[in-house]
Amino acid sequence: MKKITQILEGKNLLSIFLTAGFPTVERTIEILTEIEDYGVDFVELGMPFSDPLADGETIQQSSAVAIRNGMTLATYFEVMKIVRKKTDLPVVYMGYLNQILQFGVEQFCRKCNEVNIECLIIPDLPLEVYEREFKTIFEKHELLISFLVTPTTSDERILKIEELTTGFMYVVSSSSITGRRGKITKKQRAHYEKIKAMKLNKPTMIGFGIHDKKSYELACQYANGAIIGSEFIRYVAKENAAYFLTTLKA
Amino acid sequence: MSYTIDENGYYGSYGGAYIPEMLYRNISQLQDNYLKIINSDAFQKEYKQLLADYAGRPSPLYHARRLSDKYGGKIYLKREDLNHTGSHKINNTIGQILVAKHMNKKRIIAETGAGQHGVATATVSALMGLECVVYMGALDVKRQAPNVARMKMLGAKVITAHSGSQTLKDATNEAIRDWINNPEDTYYLIGSVVGPHPYPDMVARFQSIISEEMQQQLMEKEGAPDPDRILACIGGGSNAAGAFYHYLDNKKVQLLAAEGAGKGITSGESAATSILGSDGIIHGSKTLLMQTSDGQITEPYSLSAGLDYPGIGPLHAHLIKEKRLHVYPITDIEALEAAMELTTLEGIIPALESAHALAILPKLEIRKDEILVINLSGRGEKDMDAYQKYFTYLKKHPKDELEKSFLFVP
Repeated sequence: MKKITQILEGKNLLSIFLTAGFPTVERTIEILTEIEDYGVDFVELGMPFSDPLADGETIQQSSAVAIRNGMTLATYFEVMKIVRKKTDLPVVYMGYLNQILQFGVEQFCRKCNEVNIECLIIPDLPLEVYEREFKTIFEKHELLISFLVTPTTSDERILKIEELTTGFMYVVSSSSITGRRGKITKKQRAHYEKIKAMKLNKPTMIGFGIHDKKSYELACQYANGAIIGSEFIRYVAKENAAYFLTTLKA
Repeated sequence: MSYTIDENGYYGSYGGAYIPEMLYRNISQLQDNYLKIINSDAFQKEYKQLLADYAGRPSPLYHARRLSDKYGGKIYLKREDLNHTGSHKINNTIGQILVAKHMNKKRIIAETGAGQHGVATATVSALMGLECVVYMGALDVKRQAPNVARMKMLGAKVITAHSGSQTLKDATNEAIRDWINNPEDTYYLIGSVVGPHPYPDMVARFQSIISEEMQQQLMEKEGAPDPDRILACIGGGSNAAGAFYHYLDNKKVQLLAAEGAGKGITSGESAATSILGSDGIIHGSKTLLMQTSDGQITEPYSLSAGLDYPGIGPLHAHLIKEKRLHVYPITDIEALEAAMELTTLEGIIPALESAHALAILPKLEIRKDEILVINLSGRGEKDMDAYQKYFTYLKKHPKDELEKSFLFVP
């Protein structure tokens, strides 16, 4: 099977974010099993959190539903165990730090290894705290980490993020929470251009506000690919997710 | 043992700044500059002047004789309720609005629970001619309606938070999201000693005027600056932080706090974080919080909107861990009774939050020669609806039924 590092060398990558347990635990398993057939290169499987600070309404609501459906970290890894019997699809863990702390960092890492989750995105784990407290243990378990880069991140800090990134650099398309839907603005394009011009040594994926073929394709011109989250979840809610995926690469 | 933050913004193991990258620039700018700004002579001069002429400081230290007669000792009330806008919150908002101006920010956002911080923020925003947006949980908008009206009259836009328990936690989430969406011109004026570093330290510094005055006033009245005990209520814990601040290293002074136990700590409807909480991360800070074993933050409950919060400031979490601070869980009923009692004995209607601190008194054994200071953090006008419902209920029902029933609760 392909390692995520190999996949990240590619171009025009399509990554999908979904909330584990939304709309049901069973549906999450089905989506993860089938999604590769629709040209998705890897998935970010979100662990729902009661208070997701960086997320807009769509992910907030899908998280609330998933929590009501009984999604816990233990269930999350059970889901992955079932999924692993059916597919080698690369899955990136995305979730807030508190749950990992309650689960136990060491145990969390071991579980990720067991179900072949290779890479983590933890939006509220700042670079500095990662370096001080988490780098050693993640490295010991060979877990890659991806950090966010936003339009307010200074060049100096981008280079520091580049240095510490072992997965990909998650380029946040605009100064906003997830789920914004409007047209990609000139300002966003300038931000893409700046990132591209920095010729970073790590793979880049653009996310936040990517919601259709046009915004996906534009992002692909500036990065290794793009991540679609809220819009995919909206289509999942409408039982129309497969159709949505076919429109992206049509 | 030190009760101040280290270079990374931690009180012992609590605090720090667990923020998404989107907030990094704004938070690090504040971290790098807040001490320089607030320690400058020009800032201090303007801050102290506004505290005196605008907020009405110093707030009196009042010897509550009839309350003292009932419980023993000599009980003083630090009258933060007499400040402009009706609570201690103005101390912090005056300080932070000056920081915001210094950083050239044009738009102020804030969260509020009881509405006291929202009103204090709307007030200083009006004073400085800055745009102001206040986030408030839908439940709190309902139960603290007078404060919503005040904020609106002061020109603030009040945005209702409908997520979660529709209280302070959710209002804070929405304010943080607003800041992510508006990183350029906006200043987030946090109302308590919560949130990412440097907020807990900055807010505690602005509230420390409370204990600074207490020292001077006790010196004048008692010939010594130290009381035996200081009592305050804790939601996030800003009034307590201010009342304790200059006494933290002085172990002779006992520090006592009241938290909202709602319908009782075993009822499932409570905000007693010190008892029900465990270490975790809430609103960018590592602290004690109420959560499930799986790390989901629990919806809290207290009749008092200002105490209805599942976390506690990292300073207080540290004080609790070091056994420097003793916390009493106070139920809704105990607080209501304490509010009635203060009103009857002293002619002072306290805020429901402050009533929790008063409700510690019956739980104490007080020596005759003891000096206690209760930080009366706010006044009770905003809570008249809850108080009236309580009287009506008392008239109709014998008191022993009360513990079992919460029917009168709005």
